Amino acid sequence: MKIDLEAVEETAKLLYIRALKVLPDDIKDGFKRLDANETDATGKSILATMIQNIDVAEDTDNLLCQDTGIPIYNITIGRGIEVDGIDLKSAIRKGCARATKEYPLRSSVVHPVTRKNEHTSCGRRVPVINIDFSGAKDELVIEMIPKGSGSENGSFLKMCIPADGVDGIKTFVIDKVIDAGGKVCPPTIVGVGVGGTADLCMKMAKIAATRALGSVCEDREGAKLEAELSDAVNTLGIGPQGLGGDSTSFAVHVETAATHITMNPVAVNIQCHSARRAKATFTPQGVEIGV
Amino acid sequence: MTEHVFTMPVSEADIRKLKIGDHVVLQDTLFGIRDATLIHLFDHGRKTRLDLNGHAVIHTAPNVKKVPVSNSCPVGYEQVCIGTTTSQRMERFTRPLMERDGVRMIIGKGGLGEESAKAFQELGGVYLAIIGGTAALETTWIKQILDVDMDDLNPESLWQFRIKDFGPLLVAMDAHGGSLYDAVRSNTDNKRAAALARMGVGS
Repeated sequence: MKIDLEAVEETAKLLYIRALKVLPDDIKDGFKRLDANETDATGKSILATMIQNIDVAEDTDNLLCQDTGIPIYNITIGRGIEVDGIDLKSAIRKGCARATKEYPLRSSVVHPVTRKNEHTSCGRRVPVINIDFSGAKDELVIEMIPKGSGSENGSFLKMCIPADGVDGIKTFVIDKVIDAGGKVCPPTIVGVGVGGTADLCMKMAKIAATRALGSVCEDREGAKLEAELSDAVNTLGIGPQGLGGDSTSFAVHVETAATHITMNPVAVNIQCHSARRAKATFTPQGVEIGV
Repeated sequence: MTEHVFTMPVSEADIRKLKIGDHVVLQDTLFGIRDATLIHLFDHGRKTRLDLNGHAVIHTAPNVKKVPVSNSCPVGYEQVCIGTTTSQRMERFTRPLMERDGVRMIIGKGGLGEESAKAFQELGGVYLAIIGGTAALETTWIKQILDVDMDDLNPESLWQFRIKDFGPLLVAMDAHGGSLYDAVRSNTDNKRAAALARMGVGS
């Protein structure tokens, strides 16, 4: 299947705008679940306002949050797909810039040294474009994630040593959730990377933080860890916006990778309650946009 | 918990009446500031022609649309989506904003630190928590972009908004040393050991 690059550009634009406006159903369900279990009056009232905001955004066709984030595009290329990689990346970039100019969206992207904003949401190496492959025949998937900065600033890496064991990993996650407090806009999804190299560990934390609620780590040990951590973080009392309550996180997600005999790395990357994602699937039947 | 409605600007006496847990609704005028605005104002020595004395500032950088200048859009900007950002990054600017420019209220999310708490006590100021990530709702409280200064920093310009029924906002740090964040943090620190034990850490 040959990929139409004009359709990719248009889709990259639409996905950015859609992701900023409509939360995925799993996150909406997550809010209902937290609201049902929240016992703190302040926490309950903040959750109610967040739920109201989801409705207001849809009713007024507006963005959920002012933070347009750092744009991330995850591309998964199935079998039998014909596309020039450089042109594909260029089409994504153009679509991202067009969303920013044409909507218009706030460009939140600046050069790291000069702090200059090109007002395109693009810059050196941004949008972040991740490319992976799948076994699906004649299918190309583009997932768009506008990653908010308040929660992205809640990113931490520790090169624990083997003697720190799993206890070291658990302690690090709990301490970082406490330190992040209200700054990361709770209720959050806490993404945790365990193992790998330093860069892979952080990458896994991001994958974990942006996974759909209800998804489970494919590694049984990782799944066990995420169940324990999900339970523990909501006993800390941080609550929505860090103002107290039971609803600190929707979930803790864990991703794992093999690591070195001398290493025990752990990384945390946090997703805020505006856990935005949108996805498009290209097949011979056309382009389907959803979440 | 008491509810207060203020038509801006306010006096020091108004501010000293507020206690943590109170709700506040603002009317008329609100200013928007952000990291770059504050860095340029206080680290690069720039001045603004806008008068912030007795006013509230929100930590924000809005989504706006350029439009022709008209009565409803006097500086050629229309609001698209306006919310808040994490305040902690701007902690060191609280005192100069209050001392030099007379700001009385800071609105944001996540809270501010000890230096801000001291400045609020000494100079008469409060931190009002607005809910982060609920910008679609907050935009409905903003009626107009009245003015803008330092717009070379866009979107981190100094914005002046006309507001109606802006709130309820929660008094999260008051002028008497009270802080809801300190209370939560101390409670959380107490719960840390139990959370770790729950996962079998150290056993």
